[in-house]
Amino acid sequence: MRNTMAIAWKEIRAYFTSPVAYVVALIFVALAGYFFVRSVDSILTGANFPEASMRETLTQISIFILPWLAPVLTMRLLAEEQKIGTIELLLTSPVRDWEVVLGKFIAAMSFFIATLALTFWYVLMLEWRGNPDMGPLLSGYLGIILYGGTAVAVGLLASSFTSNQIVAAVMSLGILVLLTFLEVAADQVTGVTATIVGQMGMTTHFDDFIRGVIDTGNIVYYISLTAVFLFLTVRSLETRRWR
Amino acid sequence: MAGMVEVTNLTKYYGKFPAIEDVSFEVKRGEIVGFLGPNGAGKTTTMRIITGFLPPTSGTASVAGYDLVDKSREARAHIGYLPETVPLYTDMTVESYLGFMGTIRGMDSKRIKVRTGEVIDACRLGDYRRSHIGKLSKGFRQRVGIAQAVLHEPDVLILDEPTIGIDPIQVVETRQLIKDLSGSHTVILSTHILPEVSMLCNRVLIIHEGSIVAEDTPRDLANKLQGVERLEAEVQGPPAEVAEALGKIRGVREVDIATDNPNHNIFKIQARRGLDLRPTVSRIVVNNGWSLLNLQLVSMSLEEIFLKLTTEEDVDA
Repeated sequence: MRNTMAIAWKEIRAYFTSPVAYVVALIFVALAGYFFVRSVDSILTGANFPEASMRETLTQISIFILPWLAPVLTMRLLAEEQKIGTIELLLTSPVRDWEVVLGKFIAAMSFFIATLALTFWYVLMLEWRGNPDMGPLLSGYLGIILYGGTAVAVGLLASSFTSNQIVAAVMSLGILVLLTFLEVAADQVTGVTATIVGQMGMTTHFDDFIRGVIDTGNIVYYISLTAVFLFLTVRSLETRRWR
Repeated sequence: MAGMVEVTNLTKYYGKFPAIEDVSFEVKRGEIVGFLGPNGAGKTTTMRIITGFLPPTSGTASVAGYDLVDKSREARAHIGYLPETVPLYTDMTVESYLGFMGTIRGMDSKRIKVRTGEVIDACRLGDYRRSHIGKLSKGFRQRVGIAQAVLHEPDVLILDEPTIGIDPIQVVETRQLIKDLSGSHTVILSTHILPEVSMLCNRVLIIHEGSIVAEDTPRDLANKLQGVERLEAEVQGPPAEVAEALGKIRGVREVDIATDNPNHNIFKIQARRGLDLRPTVSRIVVNNGWSLLNLQLVSMSLEEIFLKLTTEEDVDA
């Protein structure tokens, strides 16, 4: 665990010493702010008393922000090590491959959660001017963090495949867009196929969290999908060692 | 414990291309061994296997008694490594980088603090401890690379071309640094510069086209290589008698029996430079009633390498 935390800490510091992090955080806040205003403004929503919730904001973050945010946060993590060759010193140190992967995952998640925490400002505003239902709000945040975990794991896997950050980012973007829109794709087919395809989609399992329902099945979906992608990343690192 | 580093029949293929073939050697505790060979000879591949970065196609390697495949992590804990390209995290400061490397090598924070101070002094990085590595010159990065390699006081130090690509003054300094460090470590270093080996190493392994072609002390090797002509004769006949007869030829220094096939043996003949003994050898074999199956001058790769190595770079020594 010490190795894992050392690697995580190193990457977290790297986020904050590079301009990428600040640009990403800025754009995140700008977009999230727009989504928030649209969901609570009475003129924009056309309602006299718009709902005091983060429901809309979090849903739109999951669809419009996470698919690019996760690739941007993760593309560097393993690709750059391979490009500049530091992977050679990392993997010849007495660390296990999974410690490397987990450390980098923790770093990306920490940055993601820190960025997400900036939206708590909107929650405070809701508290101030309205009477939000805290249950769905908190479960919504739990959902988006689980969702983000899966997205980050996908990004990490893509980053392990290549020494080119752009290639890594495009790959994970592609996978994430696909996983995001599987629910829509399920409408095109019928019967069992529709159920299977729909259940695989990342958005399908998110809706309950937004509604305030914490379903074990949904939690298991995100966690196991995350675990699968992290496991594949470890294997991908291993094959790099054994190539 | 026998050798600190033991390598047995190591072979590595990249696809169909053999990078090294059947490489075996042993390095004892406290020895400084030089890998000498032209670029592309297989030095880096061998080192990457010893450090556990690459797996061998066949054969075994062990460090401090731990096999690099079965007990990779244990073996890696005993190694300090400086890859040829000196890969460093450029966005970190010298101090924080060394702290990170120390942590992932299992040092506790107290020891990291003490050792970081020590290696920064030893590598004369004192003025740069808070500098970002990306801003350092090549020579200073090299020092940071060496500093991280010795930080955890590993039993075995593996340095891949430690003086390549830095200016002559820094080369001299780096060599001195390695010399200073070598007292307490077992060192394997690779180079394509002959004088460097004679300066630093107790023993040298010449590696060429993926195989070890010679192994000796730097001085004996140089003596051995000068003024020798080599012949290979394949003869059908009683080995001992053939060897004796060949040995009597004027100008022959040494005859080795290379194979033990009773019917036709290959004899390796070393003679004084400038003599072509082929006519004499064939006459003697035939006169004795044996059959000469093959006879050729060996264009001895060793000498070519030696030539390459001695002519390539002498200036900076």
